[in-house]
Amino acid sequence: MILNLKKTFKGGVHPKEWKELTKNFSFEAMPKPKQVIIPISQHIGIPAKPLVKKKDRVKAGEIIAEPEGFVSVPIHSSISGIIKDIHKEPNVSGSPKDAIIIESDFSDEIEMMEKLNFSSATPDQIKERVRLAGIVGQGGAAFPTFVKLTPPRDVKIEYVILNGCECEPYLTRDDHYMLERTDAVIGGLKLIMRALGVAKGAIGIEDNKKTSIDKISEACKNEQSVQVESLKTKYPQGAEKMLVKAVLGREIPPGKLPLDVGVVIQNIGTAVAVYDAVVNGEPQITAALTVSGGGIISPKNLLVPIGTSIQEVLDYCGGVKDNAVKVIVGGPMMGVAQYDFKAPIMKATSGILVLTDKEVNDYPETPCLKCGKCIEACPLGLEPTKLARYAQLERFGDAEDAKITVCMECGTCTFTCPANIPLVQWLRYGKQKVIKMQKQKHPELTEC
Amino acid sequence: MAEVSTNPIYRLELTSSPHIHSEWNTKQAMWLVAVSLIPAVISALLFFGIYQLMIILVSIGFCIGTEAAIKAVRKRQITINDGSALLTGLLLALILPPNFSLVFTAIGAVFAIGVGKEIFGGLGYNIFNPALVGRAFLQAAFPVPMTTWLIPNYAVDSTSSATPLAAYKFDNIFADASNMFLGNIGGSLGETSALAILIGGIFLIAVKIVNWRVPAAMAAGVIVFGGIFWIINPFKYPNPVFHLLAGGFLFGALFMATDWVTSPITPKGMWIYGLGISAMIIIVRLFGGLPEGVMYAILFMNACVPLINKFTRPRIFGEVK
Repeated sequence: MILNLKKTFKGGVHPKEWKELTKNFSFEAMPKPKQVIIPISQHIGIPAKPLVKKKDRVKAGEIIAEPEGFVSVPIHSSISGIIKDIHKEPNVSGSPKDAIIIESDFSDEIEMMEKLNFSSATPDQIKERVRLAGIVGQGGAAFPTFVKLTPPRDVKIEYVILNGCECEPYLTRDDHYMLERTDAVIGGLKLIMRALGVAKGAIGIEDNKKTSIDKISEACKNEQSVQVESLKTKYPQGAEKMLVKAVLGREIPPGKLPLDVGVVIQNIGTAVAVYDAVVNGEPQITAALTVSGGGIISPKNLLVPIGTSIQEVLDYCGGVKDNAVKVIVGGPMMGVAQYDFKAPIMKATSGILVLTDKEVNDYPETPCLKCGKCIEACPLGLEPTKLARYAQLERFGDAEDAKITVCMECGTCTFTCPANIPLVQWLRYGKQKVIKMQKQKHPELTEC
Repeated sequence: MAEVSTNPIYRLELTSSPHIHSEWNTKQAMWLVAVSLIPAVISALLFFGIYQLMIILVSIGFCIGTEAAIKAVRKRQITINDGSALLTGLLLALILPPNFSLVFTAIGAVFAIGVGKEIFGGLGYNIFNPALVGRAFLQAAFPVPMTTWLIPNYAVDSTSSATPLAAYKFDNIFADASNMFLGNIGGSLGETSALAILIGGIFLIAVKIVNWRVPAAMAAGVIVFGGIFWIINPFKYPNPVFHLLAGGFLFGALFMATDWVTSPITPKGMWIYGLGISAMIIIVRLFGGLPEGVMYAILFMNACVPLINKFTRPRIFGEVK
């Protein structure tokens, strides 16, 4: 057996990468659409409050909804035009959400923020700019970035790690950010480090992105404070816990955050957004995404105005082939299947995948064969087959004892199961029930 | 672009993530195990003659037939094309003595599937390895034919058809290691040729159908436990290489003990299980009344699997013990 001493974590799987579909396509800016649908909640936290009303005129880059409370961000218009309406519209998350609908006037008027000097911007200026630009984490969870840049006073942050793993198959967005916007990636990291008062930074990149690793390493040659780490290509290498383990060898205990081991993690895309906001005064009104899969006519890497519908993006990429069976927003391991192509692209949308039957590779479920593959693959040391059984039998107390709440729903177990049992789906169900049970037992515990 | 459907929404699948699946499934795994047994089948035909093919076919046929019949009686979906009954039949045939009665083979096959597997609810629910259950039954029911061994075709010394283990046990004779490696010795159909078994077994480990931990633990156990006695008295006790090559050890370690359903699910559990089997093998071989103990060792440890699973929970990431 060949020993692989590359930095990584224990467990995980290696799905077919499919990155070659879009690997060689540079970002292409999609034309501005006739109409955009901009949801007022594109982040984790309290939805923003609309500042505009019907028939108001807005410019691109203008704030159209202001944050409510601390964990919230402002929303900007991505085009210039007239507010058509504010009502519930289809959403990539599955259920309709309140959104501001803007009709374009094709005038291309844009309102940018004042540009700040890269080297002289103070930590407070950077944080305030990140908040005003409405930046949210690009890794998928869409957590407001400025909140992450404002850790509690008693927490000491030692490291900022940029997540360049892009461990989800198909997606090549972060890869292209690193290739095409190398300086923005490193500049963004340095701004984040300055905002947090941290001296040490790292960029973790999976070793299937050789060109990116070379390019970033070359650009970091004279940076004493930034280390570039080549990590083993394995899913879910980009999960926060796995990334910290691989880069620093530290384990984040169950129920804790990277903060608790002195680390702040940011996505590559977030670093670029921070750089653009500070240096170019650009609010987050564009999403970079990979459109890929065997079911799309021409796969691409795109820059899309936020609020563009999935339908328009698919049409721009030549349309959907007849053998497509699934359309997913996000990656194939953790993304959300779509049923309404009217749903708009949001700030944290990283990809649209159109998959064929062959890629999905679904087949009938058989009983558990006790092969232990799910246990070997679970990056968090859980026993998915046992937990799924507890969930099926509604033995939620046992599920709680077996730490079902530790599960991060990465889907590794379902992916690897030869019996095709929907393990992570059962775990999600069990987890929800257990959390509900815990809340009933201890009503004083509120969600963190 | 007229042929391109732009709105295929009506036929989109809306299941939750993950949306892709590994290339492995139950059926494929079963068939691959069956394919990996081809070298062992060839060695059986080569050393013991073409008649052995009849044993294999009867065993497979009765296994599949029994499963189909029981499923039909229970009004359940007939699952014979998942390949598991075929595999049980093939495994059972390969651990029977050469020139074994076809009637007894059929009885063993019916017992293996009926009592070994279907009585528990079928694939995935059985506690004991079905092929070994079938063989254990035949051993108890027909002890004489089950221990009558054929002289292999290319035997240099045709005076004895005893297996190396029986020769050791009853006459204290050690067989030649190179003959044991190739399979030119007395023994069950598929168990004699270490070479043929290793080809199939290494293939299964390489494609990750067989978890390497179980055979590794068994080999380590036999080398350590057998080695201790060999060091104590090398004239009385056989050396570890003999233990590795003799009897059903390799076949058991690579194809029987590694059965997914009846082996532990946790990595640590697999080590305990493998070491337990090898300890029992050494005890039976050196001190028991029977020459060979692989079958009973595996069946016994099969029974311990639920307990092993319970006490070998993996460490939760980030948890300090």
